[in-house]
Amino acid sequence: MAQKRREMLIDPLVDNNPITLQVLGLCSALAVTSSLQVAFVMTVAVTLVTGFSSMFISMIRNQIPGSIRIIVQMVIIASLVILVDQMLKAYAFEISKTLSVFVGLIITNCIVMGRAEAFAMKNPPIDSFIDGIGNGLGYGLILMLVGFVRELFGSGSLFGVTILETVNNGGWYVPNGLLLLPPSAFFIIGLIIWAFRAWKPEQVEEREYKIQVVEAH
Amino acid sequence: MEGLLSLAVKAIFVENLALSFFLGMCTFIAVSKKISTAIGLGISVMIVQAITVPANNLILNYLLAPGALAWAGFPDVDLTFLGLISYIGVIAALVQILEMVLDKYFPPLYNALGVFLPLITVNCAILGGSLFMVERGYDFSESVTYGLSSGFGWALAITAMAGVREKLKYSDIPDGLQGLGITFITAGLMAMAFMSFSGVKL
Repeated sequence: MAQKRREMLIDPLVDNNPITLQVLGLCSALAVTSSLQVAFVMTVAVTLVTGFSSMFISMIRNQIPGSIRIIVQMVIIASLVILVDQMLKAYAFEISKTLSVFVGLIITNCIVMGRAEAFAMKNPPIDSFIDGIGNGLGYGLILMLVGFVRELFGSGSLFGVTILETVNNGGWYVPNGLLLLPPSAFFIIGLIIWAFRAWKPEQVEEREYKIQVVEAH
Repeated sequence: MEGLLSLAVKAIFVENLALSFFLGMCTFIAVSKKISTAIGLGISVMIVQAITVPANNLILNYLLAPGALAWAGFPDVDLTFLGLISYIGVIAALVQILEMVLDKYFPPLYNALGVFLPLITVNCAILGGSLFMVERGYDFSESVTYGLSSGFGWALAITAMAGVREKLKYSDIPDGLQGLGITFITAGLMAMAFMSFSGVKL
């Protein structure tokens, strides 16, 4: 049992990553990654919301009528997100300003809904909680990787601490401004997917069309 | 009027919901394999967006904002913390109503859009549009304009993306980049192209 639970926690990190494989929760993954600190807060928020929403939904899964389950799930998720939002506003106001609408958008983050629908509706609370945390962490892993690259090479720092002294401050490093702009997140995630799939070839998607080599006569 | 026009152009091109705020990415990536389905989804998003943003604007101004309940005799009540749950409720309800109205009165349109409508509830572009409306404090006419044009911008982006992907499937891409990977990189290039609008002043 313990073994199975450990697998449930580890599995979504690489083997079944919500972002690179299940294509869930992309919106916020791209928008909040220009600095590590923000990415970290977002990771924590999403992990907690996913874990607890899965747990609560799983607790009442036998009482929810099938026809209105989406609305019930929405209400639970939205209440949790409101909690997170209010906490951030109270204790980390600056970060909550940077995250702006993206905290609210955790509600429609497909990871939360996806896990609620696919796992929590069929499994007991503790398993669902672990599954939710695992998926939140898998999402966080990608978020932190992207944030790491973007902050290090875009502004020469990590968590706001200068690592590469930039030219503006009298150092040697010329920051890559592109990395602070939104499109760079697309490229980095694309490359991360490439790296993951080079490492785990079974994740490679089938081609729709293959180039056939025709023997010359 | 001029203000509204420039707001519309800004929402369509400069601050495109899909390509500069990454909203609605899940559907943007998942449903952009064919142009025809992309157009169907794009139109549904535009319709829903044009209805929900003004509706949420009314909810905010007449129910939630500080002092908004003065007409009911509660001038000191501030319900803004209930914002998120009300907006998503309004969106879910409106999508459901829209689905039923289309089914009853416009069956051909319903058959074309039917599959996409439930998906739209969890499309972040819709909730995102409403949240931006709140954050930027749009009034009613601005939120009508913003809803319509940001929905149009999203539709434009997903249609363009589907066009690129239809051609892309014939090309020889490294194995690991096949599918999702190359889609991301394409989206990145498109986002950069859209950024060139950012200097446009109206």
